Amino acid sequence: MKAFQLIFSGDPTLYGIIYRSLLFSGVAAILAVLWATPIAMLLGLKNFPGKSIIKGFFTALIGIPTVALGLFLWLILSKETGPLGFLGLLYSPGAIILGEALLVTPLIVSIATNAIEAVDPEMINLAKTLGASESQASIAVLKEAINGIVFSNIAGFNRAIAELGVALMVGGNLAGLTDVLTTDISSDTARGDFPTAIALAIILLAIVFGINLIIVIARNPRVLLTLGRMPQ
Amino acid sequence: MKAWQKILIAAVIATVVVIVGTIAYLDFSPTPRLYISTTTSLYDTGLLDQIKTQYEATHKVDIYFNPQGTGVALADAAAGEADLVLVHAPSSEYPYLANGTLVCRKIIAWNYFTIVGPSSDPAKITGKNATEALKNILAYGRNQTGIIVWVSRNDASGTYTKEVSLWKSAGYNWTTISKESWFASTGQGMGATLQVADEKSAYTLSDLGTYLKYSRGGTISLAALIKGPDYSLLNVYSVYAVNPQKVSNVSFSQAITFIKWLVSDAGQQVINNYGTSNYSQPLFYGAVQPLKNNSPQPDASWIKQYALFNGTECPTQYQDDHPELYP
Repeated sequence: MKAFQLIFSGDPTLYGIIYRSLLFSGVAAILAVLWATPIAMLLGLKNFPGKSIIKGFFTALIGIPTVALGLFLWLILSKETGPLGFLGLLYSPGAIILGEALLVTPLIVSIATNAIEAVDPEMINLAKTLGASESQASIAVLKEAINGIVFSNIAGFNRAIAELGVALMVGGNLAGLTDVLTTDISSDTARGDFPTAIALAIILLAIVFGINLIIVIARNPRVLLTLGRMPQ
Repeated sequence: MKAWQKILIAAVIATVVVIVGTIAYLDFSPTPRLYISTTTSLYDTGLLDQIKTQYEATHKVDIYFNPQGTGVALADAAAGEADLVLVHAPSSEYPYLANGTLVCRKIIAWNYFTIVGPSSDPAKITGKNATEALKNILAYGRNQTGIIVWVSRNDASGTYTKEVSLWKSAGYNWTTISKESWFASTGQGMGATLQVADEKSAYTLSDLGTYLKYSRGGTISLAALIKGPDYSLLNVYSVYAVNPQKVSNVSFSQAITFIKWLVSDAGQQVINNYGTSNYSQPLFYGAVQPLKNNSPQPDASWIKQYALFNGTECPTQYQDDHPELYP
């Protein structure tokens, strides 16, 4: 009950946490799409030796444990041990965004590759016979696969906002700076502040379920029509 | 009977067998168990592993530790999750004694908290006492923009309780200053907080044991700038048994046996010797001799002033008919 009061209380701390969660995961997903889409186009359109190995590699990496990635990043970014320690990124928002972007890259590459491969190969030939250059043809394919790429982006965002390991290990859960929904749920539970933990968990679930619902509807808008056709 | 009904019944039976079997297997134990909710500092330093090894060698019991902040350790004990608690925040402990959840308190160990920070010491706190040091850190922090100068645990632990009281005696309210931009809080344990402070070249309050462990391990390069003896940095560890009349299913007699061992010469020796080989100094000091002999001074008097309740280690009504613990 106290949890619900907290959600609607307009508490700036609570909204700050939600804002940072959305911001970090959103930027991470967008960043990941920027470098994952070219990779996916390469994998989806070109044929070269070792292609299936690389595809398999990305598919296998989808399941990378967040704590393992968190550990590697920590070691790389740490001032004490890491080659990139001089950047001072550890325990800052940049570290979380970088970590989450890396985390969701394999997922986005895999989904986007499938979407591009699903485009009819005749499309490219057709575009080329109509006088399109190689790159113009690729852009045409991208337009056809745009639904799949948007979906991959949303799936990446979902994975990023729901993960704990990377955000906690390289973000440090600094209140008002790098704490996000998942890290705060963890620390609130550890200190016994259950109303706040429950309120944040409800919000996180609402975001994740809400986004999944939008995906379902966007992929098959007829789902909405079935709602009106409930058995009497 | 139809085929699907047979399959359904078989599936239900198999599920029940697996669940009952798993529970029976996990609960089956030839030796009694002792569950201890403990502050993280005693556990992270490795002292409790040493105590467990020594105790289990002479007693037929399996000890399980659940390391948490003092606040959560106390709450878990009240919820029946532990037979014993090891904690270090006397002011947070007393209410649990007063409401009958915990009984038979013994003070087992003490040391000093330490204020650690970058060895360059930009806030110039070296040589100051604890409250002056915090004032300097605050003044330095308010003069900086965009950097973190102080890192707080903020996790209801004993160290956090101490930090809040130190800021209070320096004249500041933790809740108010925690909102300022130079002040960061992790909501995590001592180790994680030390690592954040190290990375940000910031100051923090730490128990001595955890600091030495991380520092000697090369994980952090912070220096211990303010150390004891200083009354305001005193750190006192106590053990309590969970009251079987108040909380069900606790192994009270096992707990009392363990407490008696902890305050015996054998138990106190483990505490006094722990760390001398790895850190060339003990991490904790046994509290039984100082309280009995009233020495060394001023530490023994400070422990009494800081950690006794109404002038006694454990008021008579909370001794639960174990006066032999309080000679």
